[in-house]
Amino acid sequence: MTKTIAVHGLRKAYGDRDAVAGLDLAIDSGEVFALLGPNGAGKTTTVEILEGHRRRTAGEVTVLGVDPGTAGRSWRARIGIVAQSANDLADLTVVEAVRHFATCYPNPRPVGEVVDLVGLTEKATSRVRTLSGGQRRRLDVAVGIVGRPELLFLDEPTTGFDPEARRQFWDLVRLLSAEGTTILLTTHYLEEAEVLADRLAVIAAGRIVAEGTPGSIGGRDAQLATVAWTDGRGQHTERTADPVAFITQRSVESALDNLTVTRPTLEDTYLSLIGEAR
Amino acid sequence: MTTISLPSSGRLGLARGAVELRQFLRSREAVGFSLIFPALLLVLLGSIFKDSYGEHSEASAAQVFSASMIAYGIISTAFITMGVGIAADREDGTLKRLRGTPMTVLAYFIGKLTVVAVATVAEVALMLGVGVAVFDMPLPDEPARWLTFAWVLALSIVACTAMGVTASSLVRSSRSAGVVLNVPVVALQFLSGIFVHPITMLPQWMVTIASFFPVKWMGQGFRSVFLPDSMAAHEMTGGWEPGRTALVLGAWCVVGLAACLMTFRWTEDR
Repeated sequence: MTKTIAVHGLRKAYGDRDAVAGLDLAIDSGEVFALLGPNGAGKTTTVEILEGHRRRTAGEVTVLGVDPGTAGRSWRARIGIVAQSANDLADLTVVEAVRHFATCYPNPRPVGEVVDLVGLTEKATSRVRTLSGGQRRRLDVAVGIVGRPELLFLDEPTTGFDPEARRQFWDLVRLLSAEGTTILLTTHYLEEAEVLADRLAVIAAGRIVAEGTPGSIGGRDAQLATVAWTDGRGQHTERTADPVAFITQRSVESALDNLTVTRPTLEDTYLSLIGEAR
Repeated sequence: MTTISLPSSGRLGLARGAVELRQFLRSREAVGFSLIFPALLLVLLGSIFKDSYGEHSEASAAQVFSASMIAYGIISTAFITMGVGIAADREDGTLKRLRGTPMTVLAYFIGKLTVVAVATVAEVALMLGVGVAVFDMPLPDEPARWLTFAWVLALSIVACTAMGVTASSLVRSSRSAGVVLNVPVVALQFLSGIFVHPITMLPQWMVTIASFFPVKWMGQGFRSVFLPDSMAAHEMTGGWEPGRTALVLGAWCVVGLAACLMTFRWTEDR
């Protein structure tokens, strides 16, 4: 089966500095794939090359079977882009903005449905300039999905969302994914990547430094768990590869109040991964 | 799957036109002031230099201003609106967003031209209105003069719009665009005998420079429409020179269109 996104040896040089330095990536149809990495790691450059916004210096790239560097209108009709930081459309209303972009596509979603999906129903007739940061971002998402894209790029889509809006957005991503949309997500919110992504990759200094599922990336599943508890003599912690055996054995000897078992969070793993890459 | 029929550039152009116009009309302050400013200058200059051509002249200085400054009105709507508008579209993400959709360059420009056309027609009407109402500029009744008006207007709009598109890729940001673009515009008004006239009063080197640019010919073209033929004596060659006017403005249209095709980019590809 051909990959929705296939990247081999991608390189992008700005002057004599390589922002992307030999990057490989393969994303299957229908996957939700998260790209993580610190600012300046080459995430946005990579994504913009995949979107057809930027030229590459070297490497092979196919997106939906086409080279985005030379792709035409029919290819653009099959992708949806939610880019970072746009301030356009300010003097239109939400509905006008979504309706305008709907006219670009051969088979758009109904405008009202899209506005509902992103949770802007109550703001439908408000001018875009009056929206809050999070609402503005939701409009970007609406415009990105109105054309029923097969592949959706979400570049830090939930920046400025309150926790409730973020949860709603996650539901929307799951819905789009259930419809078969392939999604490439970049985010700084690791819990977002953890709940949404089927697979993820960490990018640092222009290269992929780790790739896997949220549970296993960077050897996360093989790392020691920390068991913490309190008893009559105070607080205890123990690092162990097999917390179940440990707790079973220990519970015979003493009380295990306030028992917790923690594994390294995705954030811990991420930080150690980008730390190693530096 | 890729043979799905995409909307045509014509249809998308109409959609762009509607959206651009709506946004333009909603930014009332900017629209109002940019339309009124040339008319205000006309009222001021016309009131100050009322009768500098003497008692025996068939037209007053105010009427000469009224005719010439239509050129300034067109430049300020077509050239400035286009230059600043595209620079702003580049900066606020409009162009980048459109680039990620099946929108075409042609449709984008149809949208921009819709706004320029509406703004320019409104501006010209306003300038004519001021000329007629405040300074008693007579409107011609010969069809030939209106024909001249039509082609001078059309060539002026195309040349100024095309140069505006070109200029938009030279300015760094939309904040500086207004200021940067106004420098050559205002300088050319002085060099071309629009703000100071008759043009024969100007040093020869100024007129020589101005003759390479459209403004002088636009002003001259509109004077030939609205002023009595006796006023042609105040032109550099003592005649209206319609042929040369058409030639220079036509050349600017061609150069401008070629330049905007060569310089226009959806995004800054660094």
